[in-house]
Amino acid sequence: MKKSAPKSASPGLLLPKCPTGIQGLDEITGGGLPRGRPTLVCGGAGCGKTLLAAEFLVRGATQFGEPGVFMAFEETEAELEANVASLGFNLKGLVGRRKILIDYVHIEPGEIHESGEYDLEGLFVRLNHAIDSIGAKRVVLDTLEALFAGLRNESILRAELRRLFRWLKDKGVTAVITAERGRESLTRHGLEEYVSDCVILLDHRVNDQIATRHLRVVKYRGALHGTNEFPFLIGDDGLSVLPITSLGLNHKVSSERIATGIPRLDAMLGGRGFFRGSSILLTGTAGTGKTIIASNFAQAAAKRGERTLFFSFEESPNQIIRNMHSIGLRLEPLMKRGLLRFHSARPSLYGLEMHLATMFKEIAAFQPHVVIVDPITSLMDLGTHSEGKGMVTRLIDYLKAGQVTTLFTSLTQGGHALQQSEAGMSSLMDSWILLQDFEGNGERNRVLYVLKARGMAHSNQIREFLISDHGIDVVDAYIGPSGVLTGSARAAQSSLEKAAELATQQEAARLKREVERKRAAIERQISGLRSDYESESAELRRIAEQVGTSTQMLTTEQAESGRLRQADAKVATRPRGRSGLRRKS
Amino acid sequence: MKARTTNTRSNPAPKRPAQLWQLRLYVMDETLKSQIALTNLKTFCEHHLKGRYRITVIDLKKHPRLAKGDQILAIPTVVRRLPSPVRTIIGTLTDTARVLVGLDLRAAH
Repeated sequence: MKKSAPKSASPGLLLPKCPTGIQGLDEITGGGLPRGRPTLVCGGAGCGKTLLAAEFLVRGATQFGEPGVFMAFEETEAELEANVASLGFNLKGLVGRRKILIDYVHIEPGEIHESGEYDLEGLFVRLNHAIDSIGAKRVVLDTLEALFAGLRNESILRAELRRLFRWLKDKGVTAVITAERGRESLTRHGLEEYVSDCVILLDHRVNDQIATRHLRVVKYRGALHGTNEFPFLIGDDGLSVLPITSLGLNHKVSSERIATGIPRLDAMLGGRGFFRGSSILLTGTAGTGKTIIASNFAQAAAKRGERTLFFSFEESPNQIIRNMHSIGLRLEPLMKRGLLRFHSARPSLYGLEMHLATMFKEIAAFQPHVVIVDPITSLMDLGTHSEGKGMVTRLIDYLKAGQVTTLFTSLTQGGHALQQSEAGMSSLMDSWILLQDFEGNGERNRVLYVLKARGMAHSNQIREFLISDHGIDVVDAYIGPSGVLTGSARAAQSSLEKAAELATQQEAARLKREVERKRAAIERQISGLRSDYESESAELRRIAEQVGTSTQMLTTEQAESGRLRQADAKVATRPRGRSGLRRKS
Repeated sequence: MKARTTNTRSNPAPKRPAQLWQLRLYVMDETLKSQIALTNLKTFCEHHLKGRYRITVIDLKKHPRLAKGDQILAIPTVVRRLPSPVRTIIGTLTDTARVLVGLDLRAAH
């Protein structure tokens, strides 16, 4: 009771609420059902009215300390116990501990004879006794309409029902009354006319042979409530309503990066891989290697010692393991070490909601660091587009809240509308990697590129990758005149480039030799010139010496001859004598 | 039975070994409806089952837990415990024809 405080503002104006404990329902109704008042739950056969009512009681008894009375008009105590056991509720135990009291009211149509006036005081007495004996705060009447089959006097019945609802309010119990859906009204017998506080409508619709349950709060007097139709699931641990529209965007965000298992893909993603806790979409046509990249991611997680939960909707675990063998990826050791778990189911096995519930349960049980859904498109095909998107939103939000990195593979049809078809889902994804087939030159080659990677620098290149017996290898990009080159064209381009490189090298070497040769020639020229110069200068020196010697000799000869001619003019005529000699000669 | 029992066995030795009719009348307090029902039931039994019936009146106000056993919803309710099968008739028993059908009293003749 203390836990029932409404979450919203202005508490003085709001009705006190009684939390149901049913996942999502309390979110939609802003805290639960109106406390101390009856709530009508109506819907067609098999849409989960009784289970909702039962869960309301069980959660009340186990989580909120509010004992409850289940007055069953259609099922016996044993039947009811068996039915809710499928939701993991131990009704018998609760009954034993006097937390829940089940009163089976048997009405056999046509067996009760009527004569004269009567009232339903007997029902009141039973209910009152049941409530008082365990101090019940919650009451379920499932379903009062059985009374209409058993009792013919409708005017008495209606008067008594009116009195019953009044009485329940006076008693102060929070009641859930179930009723069969009518053709034109909410309920077959117009019970909504007595219950004016809260009406919840359940629905079970079949789209494309797959049934989905929906819940809608038709009316909630005095309280704000989500008016949308919400899908809900009946899983192993009870109901869960999926209030997609009320989900907040306030996850914790990690800036830690985790490797993809393909080093060169990491390099394309800013060198460090994906963000932890992000959602990754891996889109590709058939046979582009989605599962292989996903398995690589799982292996990379295992290398870090992290657990991976692999939801496979197309292949059995053994098939994946075998297929990964062919690329040298051994998954069994990871499974043995508890680092990898497969969950395989055919998409058409059950509806979208059930798949989601199963996935939630698996995730909760295994507590993975990485979740792989291969492929998400198989699930999306089950419901309408908005249902599918809603489911993915729910799943992503759930996983992001737990900092779980999620890799969705998505199978697309070939052609150019590839990206359009995924546009709806891609907005939910943080990173989007596209795998594509390139056809040309009589071959088919695989390429990948990063279409989007929120919050990180990433490569804009289209890269070819090869799948060989030792895994995935992203190869160098070769850009030709008509785009990226793949396969043999890439190989041809590669060898062309190699040949060109070789030619360039040879040319360089030739040039080098040429220069070398020239240099040597010039050197030779220089040394020739130098020796010429040296021989000439030697000649020059020889000539200079010769000239000096002859001058001396001449002077000596002149002096000798002057002495010979005139010995007295020895001093005065020496320079004159020289010019006289020249004249003479 | 913990409830008040009105023994109206006026003829202890009937000619044929007729079965004893065990009837239970469920009432709620001493209301007018309950009184009318009891009076009507007694008149009936005197008329049709003289000497071989027993009426047990159960007041649910005093014994609320007894309502579950006979699957009582309406007040007043008459339950024919014997002869089997169990038959139930609700109301003040003012419509005699319906009481005859409801309790299958014609068979007793």
